Amino acid sequence: MGFAHKHLIDIKEYSKDDIMLMLETASKFKEVNERKIKQVPTLKGATIVNMFNEPSTRTRSSFEIAEKRLSANSLNFGGSSTSTVKGESLSDTVETLCAYKIDMIIVRDKHAGVPRKIADLSGVHVIDAGDGKHQHPTQALLDLYSIWEEKGSFDGLNVGIVGDIAHSRVCGSLLPALKIMGANTVAIAPPTLLPARPDVLGADEVTSDIDGVLPDLDVVYMLRVQRERLEGAPFPSLREYNELFGLTRKRDSLMKPDAIVCHPGPINRGVELDSFMADHPERSVILDQVYAGILVRMAALYLLLGGSNDGIDA
Amino acid sequence: MALMLKGARLIDPQVGLDEVADILIRDGKIVEIGHDLKMEKGQTRDLSGKIITPGLVDMHVHLREPGYEQKEDIESGTRAAAHGGFTAVCAMPNTDPVIDDAVGVEYIKARAKEVGHSRVIVSGACTKDLKGEILSDMGFMYEHGVRAFTDDGHGVQDAGMMRRVMDYASQFDCVVMPHCQDDSLVGEGQVNEGECSTRLGMLGWPAEGEELEIARDIALCRLTGCPLHIQHITTARGLQMVRDAKAEGLPVTCEVTPHHMFLTEDDIDDTYPTSLKVNPPLRTPDDAVALVEGVKDGTVDAIVTDHAPHTDWEKDREFELAPFGMIGLDSSLAAVLTNLVHTDIISYDRMVEVMAVNPRAILRQEPVKLEAGSTADLTVFDPDAEWTFEISDIRSKATNAGFLGHSFKGKATDVYVGGYATMEDGVVCEPGI
Amino acid sequence: MGNNSPNVKSVCMDAQDIDRAITRIAHQILEANKGADNIVIVGIITRGDLLAKKLKERIKEIEGVDVPLGALDISFYRDDFMTHFAPEVHSTDIPFSIDGKIVVLVDDILYTGRTIRAALDALMDIGRPAKVELAVLVDRGHRELPIRADFVGKNVPSSSDESVRLFLEEVDGVPSAVDILEVETGQRAGAAPLQLKKGE
Repeated sequence: MGFAHKHLIDIKEYSKDDIMLMLETASKFKEVNERKIKQVPTLKGATIVNMFNEPSTRTRSSFEIAEKRLSANSLNFGGSSTSTVKGESLSDTVETLCAYKIDMIIVRDKHAGVPRKIADLSGVHVIDAGDGKHQHPTQALLDLYSIWEEKGSFDGLNVGIVGDIAHSRVCGSLLPALKIMGANTVAIAPPTLLPARPDVLGADEVTSDIDGVLPDLDVVYMLRVQRERLEGAPFPSLREYNELFGLTRKRDSLMKPDAIVCHPGPINRGVELDSFMADHPERSVILDQVYAGILVRMAALYLLLGGSNDGIDA
Repeated sequence: MALMLKGARLIDPQVGLDEVADILIRDGKIVEIGHDLKMEKGQTRDLSGKIITPGLVDMHVHLREPGYEQKEDIESGTRAAAHGGFTAVCAMPNTDPVIDDAVGVEYIKARAKEVGHSRVIVSGACTKDLKGEILSDMGFMYEHGVRAFTDDGHGVQDAGMMRRVMDYASQFDCVVMPHCQDDSLVGEGQVNEGECSTRLGMLGWPAEGEELEIARDIALCRLTGCPLHIQHITTARGLQMVRDAKAEGLPVTCEVTPHHMFLTEDDIDDTYPTSLKVNPPLRTPDDAVALVEGVKDGTVDAIVTDHAPHTDWEKDREFELAPFGMIGLDSSLAAVLTNLVHTDIISYDRMVEVMAVNPRAILRQEPVKLEAGSTADLTVFDPDAEWTFEISDIRSKATNAGFLGHSFKGKATDVYVGGYATMEDGVVCEPGI
Repeated sequence: MGNNSPNVKSVCMDAQDIDRAITRIAHQILEANKGADNIVIVGIITRGDLLAKKLKERIKEIEGVDVPLGALDISFYRDDFMTHFAPEVHSTDIPFSIDGKIVVLVDDILYTGRTIRAALDALMDIGRPAKVELAVLVDRGHRELPIRADFVGKNVPSSSDESVRLFLEEVDGVPSAVDILEVETGQRAGAAPLQLKKGE
């Protein structure tokens, strides 16, 4: 029996069992990551293209480490060398890559829907490493992993997501994933940073009053204020945003004693998070999330590239 | 040279005609309509089982010539028109250069005469270069036959400028046809704002971005008295504004497209089909139902395609980078017959009104009627032909059709313009009107 | 399936045979290594780890020494990952250093040798043992790699269209035994999955 999916593009295509298997598998990679030789030969001979058509340091580094620790051959393709810069169409680029005889494409693109298009064009495995404002499924999985490690279960867990939900591909995957896992979700944002239909993503509740819901939350997920996307001025100032929506020291007393704080990084200290919260020894799981990124990406590569029979001969 | 069309069912609500009869045509005009007509010499066509109506007119088409001949040109665009059963199309002025002066108008007329498979009614821009800043040469264009002005593709953003356009146009016997889009609300919107934009993670194109300009332009119609025709209306509330304006007695008309009636935002699935990226965007199922109701109750005056051809390489891109628009000339009549007439939502009479009679009236064209003395612009279709829309059914240069794969019932078979066939038995004839 | 299901051709070891074999292997290990001082035991998941636990207990009974016990999962080292794949991964758990130790690698059935090849590679990535010895309950032949066991419970001649499987009472809920099963065409003669319950 193999894994039920060829791609990781739309988290909504994954069942609760699929996601649990992904998390369980990720946990098995801890042993590999915690020993001296942090490498296993599992993906020896597999060729993976990291097609990052949009600048990315963290996600790309995380994927690269996951690939290397599984012994895959990886090729970085993108950045200033992107063929689209030279006027080549996406289809032609993908066909060119496929002529290299590759096994998987990991794609980050600033336009929604590109991973699906690449999957349809290429026939190889595709992982969406973030497409426009649409989805970022491995981020959602690493978030789930961190929450699962801390809380042990998702059933009935109250998760609040705070910030720029309208432009967040993280939310595009995380909100539906949390619903699949059985959590309750609250979208917390100024109305100018909410999508037209938060319910479509999976938000059970929508509010602009963080203090009103904070006492009920088991997990507070702070989104990054994307300074580069603020030309439309969805709020008057970073100072006011921090006052109304930032997870500040004074909000600590409103939170459940065992509530945890997540953030996809990089953090804008003093905007969405005070240092007190970002570095909080009990609450902050932000660095655990970074580590979880390696684990779930190894798990995703492992499960997607794995074959379909039931074990080797003894 | 005489032509006898025998045995078809003739439908024309303008003269209260709906019966099987023969049509005798001579020198481009209908000479006689009656039973068992005789002709001394000439061509006779047996059209039993077919329906003949006054020639259909698509009053909203992008022929792309001059400037974008890689997408479409007057020859290929009118070929698709003839193939779809149209005897005339109204060409939008957003070409390169923009048709905003008499020279452009004459160019289109000359090219259409030379290579056209249908009549081409020329519309002119409201403002120079469609920029919404300076009046186009409306008077000169009017002298060269233009009766409709539009900045289609763009909303005129400044209310004062739109007032100037309509004030100035009101001295001529013409219509101003706005494309209603408030850029400050629409921005980089890709799909209808709501379920679709959230689901696909793209910026939304809100209904209000259209409705706000519809409301504004109706107010300006009241202020200036200039006849107003709202292009490709897509929302229930926008349509209601037109309904109210008509009740008030304002000279307001409007049009809808088959794709806004028969496709919705729900059809845009996670494959991000760029052929469904149109402007204005596909709206909700409720909106689509309201548009159909508008066709039925008379609020909608015309069904148009907004035929917007693009090359395959322009459309085969990331959704957010692909241009807006789909083609429609080859499938419009079939889509309307299948979804509105055969479903008994509207009658053939109503179809003739919205696809032939009203477009001519709005565009200030001479009426075409099924009666002696009228110009012989005729559409012949087989109401029962069942077919599935494939790429091979397209005569446009472009293939960005939203209805590909749809099953239709009804298909144009023959088209006559000025008494000459532009399509016979489904085969488009060589050009030259 | 199980002892009494129709495709069981024969029972080659019963619970008592297994127990006696473990006792003998324990003695052999102690004898070969002159005691238990530098020995660690690592069982290959799934089944080898369970035998390893029995072996550790037996050594303690005999010698009074608690030898360190670890479990090795070889999922990430298999040579057929891209073609034959079981998504369930178990955890390697070796909570001690194997550097300079004599590692007794334990598995249930020795067949092609490919599992042992993978296990050796996995061990080498974990540390640098002084020596690795291999203990198996059953050697059924048909080796595809130059690998042999140091300690063997029983040699069982078998054909390649048979499957030799170890069932253990504590996980399978049936009396412990090594069975020879007939393999249907197209099936692979692999180790018994841990979830397999006899009688199902």
